[in-house]
Amino acid sequence: MNDRERRPLLEVENLRVEFPTRRGTLVAVDDVSFHIDEGEVLGVVGESGAGKSLTGAAIIGLLEPPGRIASGQVVLDGRRIDNLSYEQMRRIRGREIGMVFQDPLTSLNPLYTVGRQLVETLQTHTDLGDDEARERAIALLSEVGIPSPRVRIDQYPHQFSGGMRQRVVIALALCINPRLIIADEPTTALDVSIQAQIIVLLKRLCRDHGAAVMLITHDMGVIAETADRVAVMYAGRLAEIGAVDQVINHAKHPYTHGLMGSIPVVGHDADELVQIEGTMPRLTAIPSGCAFNPRCPEAFEHCRAARPDLIAVEDSQVACWLYDPSVERAVSLE
Amino acid sequence: MKGPGPTPLLRVRNLVKYFDVSPPLITRVLNREGRTVLKAVDGVSFDIPAGRTFSLVGESGCGKSTVARLVVRLYEPTAGSIEFDGIDLSTLRTRKEMEPVRGRVQMIFQDPYASLNPRWRVVDIVAEPIRTHRLIDNDADIVLRVGELLEQVRLSPADGAKFPHEFSGGQRQRISIARALASNPDFLVCDEPTSALDVSVQAQILNLMKGLQRDLGLTYLFISHDLAVVYHISDFVGVMYLGRLVEWGQGKDVFRRPRHPYTRMLLEAIPDLEMSGKQRKAVAGEVPSPIHPPSGCHFHPRCPYADDRCRAESPVPIPVASGEVACHGVEEGRLPDRASSTAA
Repeated sequence: MNDRERRPLLEVENLRVEFPTRRGTLVAVDDVSFHIDEGEVLGVVGESGAGKSLTGAAIIGLLEPPGRIASGQVVLDGRRIDNLSYEQMRRIRGREIGMVFQDPLTSLNPLYTVGRQLVETLQTHTDLGDDEARERAIALLSEVGIPSPRVRIDQYPHQFSGGMRQRVVIALALCINPRLIIADEPTTALDVSIQAQIIVLLKRLCRDHGAAVMLITHDMGVIAETADRVAVMYAGRLAEIGAVDQVINHAKHPYTHGLMGSIPVVGHDADELVQIEGTMPRLTAIPSGCAFNPRCPEAFEHCRAARPDLIAVEDSQVACWLYDPSVERAVSLE
Repeated sequence: MKGPGPTPLLRVRNLVKYFDVSPPLITRVLNREGRTVLKAVDGVSFDIPAGRTFSLVGESGCGKSTVARLVVRLYEPTAGSIEFDGIDLSTLRTRKEMEPVRGRVQMIFQDPYASLNPRWRVVDIVAEPIRTHRLIDNDADIVLRVGELLEQVRLSPADGAKFPHEFSGGQRQRISIARALASNPDFLVCDEPTSALDVSVQAQILNLMKGLQRDLGLTYLFISHDLAVVYHISDFVGVMYLGRLVEWGQGKDVFRRPRHPYTRMLLEAIPDLEMSGKQRKAVAGEVPSPIHPPSGCHFHPRCPYADDRCRAESPVPIPVASGEVACHGVEEGRLPDRASSTAA
């Protein structure tokens, strides 16, 4: 594809999110850097507690206190946005960044009709009149595939099924044509058949609107068919980032490798699934060196001593000492 | 002959469960309405041979969890029979009659955070079935047995002194499994045991369950909405839609050659890991409300092959390769082969 012409819409550099507590500071996101180009879908995967949702929240300035960005920066279209005031940030959210959350019921106000919520959002960010805004809202509902939008617009969220609600949330996120969409587990609460509908919809809308998407999920299947690139997070750090095909079919990091093997696949006859022993460390007890070393089948002395940084391996970037030629016991690449 | 094996451990016939979801009497009288009945399970029959795994899959609201609860008698069936090892459970009326069966059938629940009492120590949680069924009398032996059980699920006997909040989700699910095994059951009903867990932990639990089945000869009724998990763990698979079993058979058979249009639709909706960037075929429509299910075959409004007969007449299961399928189209042979249906 014409990757050369793309330029990064979002650049995240050395992002570090901390939670000061009485017992010390917890580092939930540690030195995370990535970028998303215009019209590109970046998948962010990892198990619960890996820091993927916090990364999303930090980008849109919605970290719950006492969580805070301790260092690093977030640049949207050449403009730094992590140090803006609440009011400035509020204007960017909605107009330039749209959000889709996991649970469609909690992201809609149950006391207002769907139409009122759409119209309110539209009028906050544009100067459409009441009638125009309503017409635009109806057009949006029909664009996200809600049948008979003229009737549905006056209904309340509880009158919609889960899949339909998620469509409304997507319509809300898209209504101002944002340049960046952050979708945090948009399909997790939905049945597999509805999931497919939502994924197809998200993909089509992004293509039509040319928006960049950060898709946060723990579902590798969703990533495989939606994302252009994938970032794998573990214990607050990036373990691996690269093109979707590279990461899924030729995983470099032992964690990614284990993660892929642990997913059951229809048509794959295996008596046992690949098993990563143990669980992700708690933030209070992140091991020294590489955070994955106690669970890693390939760990050696150096892994316990020092933290690996991302290094380029083929087309991906991997944070693993196995791939660092300057470290002894590194594997040779064939 | 009906059923996959000669001696099924569990035999379910025409199982029916209706829930009365009527508004209060006064509202009904004022609005001149009758009772409203939700047909959660509407005539389901299947067999599970000893030592095997039978899985029920389907979208939310299809009645799969209700079947699980009926089998362990958390619900009373409205009609139909559940035969466990030759004993018809519906004839067992008193607690005393139920007791010998109760110990042999155990259940593992979906949410390991809600299914363990947070104020009990793990040793007491796991020992509860032993005490209830008076399997071991003296306390020292009970503690030894609990230690054994904890080791069986790859925890350490020392973990018994801890409380559930000290464990992660996967470890809690191991505790639930240890508790289920405490009464030496031969049949486990597992209602979405891994859907609250991360994939790497899910792999640990699935491997553990398969290992236990091998070592102890357990029989599983496995409920899940995740087709890949079901493919991995099952010998037999049943697909449910709106309270009815639309298709069942040997797992590999159902997945390789799905016959019912609903099964085909579900399989096509699975995200594919290997063909990155492939467009997944979206399933049209949504599950209708089970309070007012469509006439005839419940699936006809979403089915691309539906005709007038499907709209009017409810299909009867007919035998196919290793199981049964309930579809007029299959019966009449007017469905295209799967290969051509995906190409179209």
